[in-house]
Amino acid sequence: MRLIVENLACRRSGRRIFSGLSFTVGRGEGLMVTGRNGAGKSTLLTMLAGRLKPDGGSIRAEGIGEASLPECLHVIGHRDGLKSALTAEENLGFARDLLGNPAAHPKTALEALGLPHVARLPVGYLSAGQRRRVALARLLVCRRPLWLLDEPTAALDLASQGVLAGLMKHHRSEGGLVIAATHQALGLEDARELRIEPSPPPSRPDEALQAEEWL
Amino acid sequence: MIRAFSALLARDLKLAARVGGSGALSLVFFLMIVVLVPFALGPDLNLLSRIGPAILWLAAVLATLIGLDRLFQSDEEDGSLDLMTGAALPLELVVLAKVLAAWLTTGLPLALASPLFGLLVALSPKAMGATALTLALGTPALAFIGAVGAALTATIRRGGLILAIVVLPLMIPTLIFGVSAAEAALGGTVPFTTPLTVLTALSLIAAVVGTLAAAAALRWSE
Repeated sequence: MRLIVENLACRRSGRRIFSGLSFTVGRGEGLMVTGRNGAGKSTLLTMLAGRLKPDGGSIRAEGIGEASLPECLHVIGHRDGLKSALTAEENLGFARDLLGNPAAHPKTALEALGLPHVARLPVGYLSAGQRRRVALARLLVCRRPLWLLDEPTAALDLASQGVLAGLMKHHRSEGGLVIAATHQALGLEDARELRIEPSPPPSRPDEALQAEEWL
Repeated sequence: MIRAFSALLARDLKLAARVGGSGALSLVFFLMIVVLVPFALGPDLNLLSRIGPAILWLAAVLATLIGLDRLFQSDEEDGSLDLMTGAALPLELVVLAKVLAAWLTTGLPLALASPLFGLLVALSPKAMGATALTLALGTPALAFIGAVGAALTATIRRGGLILAIVVLPLMIPTLIFGVSAAEAALGGTVPFTTPLTVLTALSLIAAVVGTLAAAAALRWSE
């Protein structure tokens, strides 16, 4: 598949976060989204995932047939979508059935992330890093071409960061796309970088007024 | 699609059964209200048996509100809702599966337990049967109306009170026809089936309108 974003603009609670964002991600490519805190990295990923309507511009995907864009992507973010009361295996099994297009078995996926021993533990008992790895195992239980990762290395130890880099490399070698918002090097080789610059403050006072009215 | 639907249904039933689930709690709350009423009114058995169906229905409406605020909020907080947006399942069916699971863990147990709780308000066996039947047919309407409020308040922290204020007025028609059906079974000029049919119709309408409205509220929650 191929993701084309043109002239994307975002406004939240009347405040312009970014505007005029354009990029294209093709088969096997990686894109690192960087920028200061609050620049709108997570917002961009939320928009791509279809949870937020853009203020302007367009998001298109080519080569995915009948499916909609949210059905072709995995999101791993700060809110990990895991239920604390369910075991890691149950959480992954649920994601596998819900998202469709199943690939690896939950146990195999947990082994790949180095967590075979937590399969039968409720996720609520796990540490932040282990929880993040269970969430990352979701990437393996269903096959989807686009991965949206929001600071995927947060709370991960060095060894797990290496495992993640390996997973991303393998995914891209199979023609997958990776878009990651991050502050640090992820081991995404030859990935392009998209730096979100803060939107210039409104030059004319009436523009600021319009933003206020939108509230 | 069926697989995703049943996976969601099974997950919600499992969560209700685990620690922190609200399934058993609403039943206990139901019992509490029914127990309190005889203490407040005094031991007048004729009065109790006359207003018994109304007490059971009021208790059922209030018990439905228990845990309703967490119906979509817990999924919104931990990101499960983002997961469901990308599922191979329309959001309407996601809502349907979640409400069905909520009804199976709150509404249905209430209807099944109501004959037992009817003993506490001196109901005759016939009235017990009629109340249980009206609750079984009417609680789906309460669950679906509640789901709309739960979807609207999903992003509001501590939205339980505002949720109750939004949905309780919408539950009035269901309450009226539920109680009048239960009382029609005990005699009167109206045949039992007339209010019962209206009650069933209310449930069916709420199922359609509630599912669509809750899905729309979740889709544009931002």
